[in-house]
Amino acid sequence: MFSLRALTLTMVLAGLATTAAGDVPRPEVKAYKGETCVEETGFMRRNHMELILHQRDETMHRGIRTTKHSLKECIECHADPQTRSVLGENGFCQSCHSYAAVSIDCFSCHTPKAREQSAAVEKRP
Amino acid sequence: MAATPAQRYTLIDGRGPAYIGLLAVLGALVLIGLACAYTMEHNGHVITGMSNQVVWGTPHVFAVFLIVAASGALNVASIASVFGRRHYKPLTRLSGLLAIALLVGGLSVLVLDLGRPDRLIVAMTYYNFKSIFAWNIFLYVGFMVVVAVYLWMMFERRMNRFSKPAGLVAFLWRLILTTGTGSIFGFLVARQAYDAAIMAPMFIIMSFAFGLAIFLLVLMSTGRPLGKQLLGRLANLLGVFVASVLYFSLVFHLTNLYATQHHGVERFILLDGGIYTVAFWVGHIIVGGLFPLLLLYVTPRRSPALIALAAILVILGGLAQVYVIIIGGQVYPLDLFPGREVSSSFFDGVVANYTPSLPELGLGVGGFALALAVVAVAVRVLPFLPEDLSDHAVDPNHVPEPAPRAVEAGDTSAA
Amino acid sequence: MSVSRRRFLAAGATAAGAAALAPGLRLVDLATARSPEEAASSLNRWGLLIDADKCADGCRACVDACHTENGVSGHDRPETDPQWIRTVSVSDPQTGHSQQLPVMCQHCEEPPCVDVCPTGASFRRDDGIVLVDKHICIGCRYCMMACPYKARSFIHEQVTDQKPDMPRGKGTVESCTLCVHRVDRGDTQTACAEACAKEGHRAILFGDLNDADSEISRELKAHGGIQLRADLHLNTGVRYRGLS
Repeated sequence: MFSLRALTLTMVLAGLATTAAGDVPRPEVKAYKGETCVEETGFMRRNHMELILHQRDETMHRGIRTTKHSLKECIECHADPQTRSVLGENGFCQSCHSYAAVSIDCFSCHTPKAREQSAAVEKRP
Repeated sequence: MAATPAQRYTLIDGRGPAYIGLLAVLGALVLIGLACAYTMEHNGHVITGMSNQVVWGTPHVFAVFLIVAASGALNVASIASVFGRRHYKPLTRLSGLLAIALLVGGLSVLVLDLGRPDRLIVAMTYYNFKSIFAWNIFLYVGFMVVVAVYLWMMFERRMNRFSKPAGLVAFLWRLILTTGTGSIFGFLVARQAYDAAIMAPMFIIMSFAFGLAIFLLVLMSTGRPLGKQLLGRLANLLGVFVASVLYFSLVFHLTNLYATQHHGVERFILLDGGIYTVAFWVGHIIVGGLFPLLLLYVTPRRSPALIALAAILVILGGLAQVYVIIIGGQVYPLDLFPGREVSSSFFDGVVANYTPSLPELGLGVGGFALALAVVAVAVRVLPFLPEDLSDHAVDPNHVPEPAPRAVEAGDTSAA
Repeated sequence: MSVSRRRFLAAGATAAGAAALAPGLRLVDLATARSPEEAASSLNRWGLLIDADKCADGCRACVDACHTENGVSGHDRPETDPQWIRTVSVSDPQTGHSQQLPVMCQHCEEPPCVDVCPTGASFRRDDGIVLVDKHICIGCRYCMMACPYKARSFIHEQVTDQKPDMPRGKGTVESCTLCVHRVDRGDTQTACAEACAKEGHRAILFGDLNDADSEISRELKAHGGIQLRADLHLNTGVRYRGLS
């Protein structure tokens, strides 16, 4: 299932890379904070779901809460400052996922929004 | 072999308006059931009668009834293959088919009532082997495979000789399956109304009665000539099963009545539980027990219509019985502080409210319709039904004592 | 360099440090926080001690604090709204004596919910906290049938505006997490215990039952505490005192 999904995404992203503008508008892929992602961009495009899935089980069952691959931190950097969300038409997650026609189940439970104030991040120990 | 005439199995004629009408009605009910399930999932269970007090509602009543009846529907086949009663031999194919169909119907209801039916794949890939539910996933899927193999042994002439061992496996499997279904409730230590080992055998005997009742009705509605003696045998059997259900119910409640700590819940079910008391006495005991016994044993002339009526009553009474077990067992409050009176904003210490909602009923009835639709389609495409079930065709000599081991190789498939 | 990037680097450095240690060697004392990359351990057993004598009649501070902390909100539909913690009034019909106390998930050592869960979504973490993995919960509600404490709620309708630390979604089951997100970051108080102390009641005490020096262990050793439905032998992590 995952490999199929990865394949679809890879094909889609290959399309993106060649800037071959089709009929469908290209998704907005934006980061709003930080200079680079936690992993190399190409790697993230192909493997972000594996990282999130792995971290999910580590956090849920073992209480390991490292921030590097945590969904919360993804949202922190990629949420649109306007909407504070990774969903919405131009949202980081949704725009690409609708383009690739892959449904996201994360946000049926997780909030798609960044924390109330970005400043709060600064204060955290 | 000589004693049994070769039975011809044929397809039913699917061109008549009755058959097409039946399919249309069943199809519509299935669609309504799906629409109900979709509405429930879309809006959440808030639109149902279920709550944090009554977490399993009417869909579970239908699902459990159908699943229990499924294993019981296989009995007719078991009696022929395992216990060598050749009079039942021509009925084995229909029996196996009905067992699979009822299970499919019940499981569909169960799955569509989940909070996250979209995660069925999770249920198939993550297992907690201490959970009776997890065992049941294997038991249910395995049951379908085992019965399908059994049917194949019966259909394929070269495989006929294996139909007895296959039937034995299927018979044992269905006993374990119903034990598993009963244990879903029997192993719930926290609930006053459950937590009893007798739940498992009681569910088995319930399955005998419910499954045979549905089998009888399906058989009578096929329009095949049906011998009086054969029908009489099945009716006698139904009576025995119904009486056994009453007996188990009696023992179950007597045991509870003896233990002081269960007096509360027993008083609720048997005496002052309102609708649940009515469902118990009127539904389960009178309509589903005493009335059918009266019709089957006491009426001077036992016509097919009366037998059919008895079967219908057994089904209605069975639904009432399962309703009392599942819903009645939940509305009665948990005994969090034994011997104390409790109250809270979370309905501690009070009898919970539950009213079945339309989507729940629609889903449950849809499951029933799905099961029957599967049967209706299957008998149209594969020769499940013997051409003639008159007493002479089943047994030309009308010998009351069946010759042992005479039946297995006797049937031939109609092409 | 951005703040978040600095934090990632710091986390990486700690991870490297921890990896360099020989297994079994612990530089950090039990009482202090685990580092984020360290798994919850059976060296701890988190629990609560609830003193019914100190619980003030009509006070709902713990309930409100819990539901605010975890973003648990209702729709004014009491039968289907979730309640992770509730105050229960208990009275003895014989003596007429009446008291109030909070009831939540009892974090059993032998949890019936975990036994019955078909997918393993209900599980007990090594440090004794019983949780629902909502990622693999299929919403069958068998755990709710099995729980003797009515501790669990089914999410009956769409949820929005969840807390980042507490994902919640329609169609799954949930209950008290013993503020697991706080435990993991080394807080010494659950939301309910904190609120109760703030009100001046101090009826809820949170701590490590495995640490003989913790306040909860010392209190329990000195004055004892009972389990609800002790007859079921579930060895609950939540203990009660003052029930009479």
